[in-house]
Amino acid sequence: MSKDEYQKLVKEMSPKEPKLRNALVAFLVGGSVGFLGEVIVNILMNSFGLARVDSYAWLAFILILLATFMTAIGKFDNLVSKAKCGLIIPTTGFAHSIQSAALDYKKDGLVTGIGANVFKLAGSVILYGIVSAFLLVLLKVVLYG
Amino acid sequence: MLYLKAFLFSGLVCLICQVVLDNTKLTPGHITSSVTVIGALLSFFGIYDKIVAWCGAGATVLISNFGHMLYSSALAGYEEAGALGIFQNMLSNSGVAIVSVVVFSFVFTLIFKAKD
Repeated sequence: MSKDEYQKLVKEMSPKEPKLRNALVAFLVGGSVGFLGEVIVNILMNSFGLARVDSYAWLAFILILLATFMTAIGKFDNLVSKAKCGLIIPTTGFAHSIQSAALDYKKDGLVTGIGANVFKLAGSVILYGIVSAFLLVLLKVVLYG
Repeated sequence: MLYLKAFLFSGLVCLICQVVLDNTKLTPGHITSSVTVIGALLSFFGIYDKIVAWCGAGATVLISNFGHMLYSSALAGYEEAGALGIFQNMLSNSGVAIVSVVVFSFVFTLIFKAKD
C-alpha cells in the first residue's frame, strides 16, 4: 500500500466531526447562556435594585461560581465536550479551564501542582488580553491624546 | 426583545467560533485568546459599548467582554491619573472575574478530587 493510499484510508476510517451539528449546538447553547445572562441581569436589577453595570459584574461572578462548581463535582467536562464553543467562548470556559487545570494537578502539591498549573490554559487569555489592551490604550493616547 | 438579541448575539459568536474550531487547526486556547483580543479591538473602535447597549448580557457573558473591560478600565485610568493610571486601573473591572475564579477554583480544588 502506498503512502497516499494509506492516508486516504486513514481519512476514510477516522470518525467524521459532525460540523453542522457542532455549529448548531454551539449556537443554541451559547445563545442560551446569553439569554439566561440577560434574565439574571434583569432579576438583579429589578429585585435587588442594582445598576445594569453592576449586574453585569454579578452575572460574571455567578457564571464563574456555577462553572467552577460544576467542574469540581465532575459534571461540566461532559457538557463542554458536547456543547464545545457554546460553553467555551462564554466566561464559563475561562472558569472551566482554570478549575480543571487546578484539579488535574492537585496530586503534584499545593505549589508545584496547583500553583504552577492553575493558569496553564487560561494564562494565554490573560496574557494576550492585557498586552493587547495595553498596546491599544497606548495607540489611542498617541493618536487622540 | 433584549432577550432575543442576547440569544442571537452570543449564539452567533459561539457558532462562528465553532466553525473556525472545526475547520482549522486552531485549539480552543487559540480561539478564546483571539476572541479576547478582538473584544479589546472592538472596544478600541468604540464598537463594544454599542454591542452591549444593543444586546445586553448577550455580549457581557462572552470572553470578549474580558478584553473590552481591560481596555476600557485602562483608558479610564489614563484619563483619571495619566500614564500610571493605565497600570493602576487596567484590572479594576475584570478583577471580579479573575479574583472570583481564583478563589473559587482554589477552594473547590481543596474540597474535590479530579474525576477520570
